[in-house]
Amino acid sequence: MHDDAEHAHDHDHRSSELPSEPALRVMALESLLVEKGLVDPAALAALIDIYEREIGPRNGARVVARAWVDPAFLDRLRKNATAAIAELGFGGQQGEHMVVVENGAEEHNVVVCTLCSCYPWPVLGLPPAWYKSPAYRSRVVIDPRGVLAEFGLKLDDDVQVNVRDSTAEIRYLVLPERPEGSDGMTEDQLASLVTRDSMIGVAKITSPSTLVPS
Amino acid sequence: MNGVHDMGGMDGLGPVRPGADEAPFHAPYEARAFAHLLALGALGKWNNDMVRSHFENFVATDYLRMTYFERWNAGLIELLVETGVITRAEVASGRADPASGKAVPALAADSARTMIMAGEPFDRVLPAVPRFRAGETVRTKNLHPIGHTRLPRYARDKSGVVQRCHGGFVFPDQNARSLGEQPQHLYSVRFEAEELWGSERGARRCAVFIDLWEAYLAA
Repeated sequence: MHDDAEHAHDHDHRSSELPSEPALRVMALESLLVEKGLVDPAALAALIDIYEREIGPRNGARVVARAWVDPAFLDRLRKNATAAIAELGFGGQQGEHMVVVENGAEEHNVVVCTLCSCYPWPVLGLPPAWYKSPAYRSRVVIDPRGVLAEFGLKLDDDVQVNVRDSTAEIRYLVLPERPEGSDGMTEDQLASLVTRDSMIGVAKITSPSTLVPS
Repeated sequence: MNGVHDMGGMDGLGPVRPGADEAPFHAPYEARAFAHLLALGALGKWNNDMVRSHFENFVATDYLRMTYFERWNAGLIELLVETGVITRAEVASGRADPASGKAVPALAADSARTMIMAGEPFDRVLPAVPRFRAGETVRTKNLHPIGHTRLPRYARDKSGVVQRCHGGFVFPDQNARSLGEQPQHLYSVRFEAEELWGSERGARRCAVFIDLWEAYLAA
């Protein structure tokens, strides 16, 4: 199954291993595309570089931190998330129609795409392997509390759990609850607390008082 | 299509393996397969719904066996062949047919960022007012189309409550079949877990919110 296959990449020994069959097919297609003038290798490198270096969950963390410290921004984020997120310079592919959902003591949102792997690229980057896995996609809609518990998140029975299945072009960013003990922290410090998983809704943010000072 | 890609609520697909890893790619070929699709999208030969349709249209056992980016590559090859950009003979030989015409200009490196940041909005202004209002109870139709749809199987013939109308959006079922955008209103609809999964497995205080086009809904 593909999540197993992706998992295996974490442990392979690249220097001594021959390219995998998928890798050979991808590179064979690329050589054909280049020969036909359909792709420019420099453009491929530029696209990859942008998603490896610039577009990732640190972007979303900046959105969250701003929402925590700036009530006017939070208000704009609730009314038109796409426009508010664009104020911070984030937007474009797979983030054209953003909606922010807020997690708190009474309500917890968690995001999935059961049909494929839709994910808000401009604020979270490309999805992690587990988000794309058949296991997560199949189970989180029917057993959200059980799946969240496997992520280490145990919710009280009286918390309302809302699963957001990304079936259309709306992309969801979870605004996690600001942790206790974060009063007085700067926006940059707050952003450093925000994890990718908390913005998908499979985690909460750890209170900074429980973190070991570095 | 009642395909294996439509996996919401299925059992037997293994445990979730949480991981903190934030690297977008885990092998060079994954990055290349990703970039091929983005770069070739600039050719304008297909739309986003055709991409999704091709990326789910596999024999079920192949879908589950293939890695994620392996499916991207295989789906992309089908798109390229169907739209006449390359031929099956070229795929088999790995070499360009000398008789094939020269392509339109490829995406240039200095256009990559502009293309990503521009995105591709799917909202469309509709003259009609939305048929359903927030708070209204609706029932999804019992649809089982042969081709692409974004109405998940687990949410068919189910009762839910409209939360909001997102506005007019390109309708994927038609757009994936090259029948034009045929935009219509899109709604966020809330379904209680018990309605979807029955009293035994439908957990208390759980709901699933699904974005659904008007054509999927009845009063």
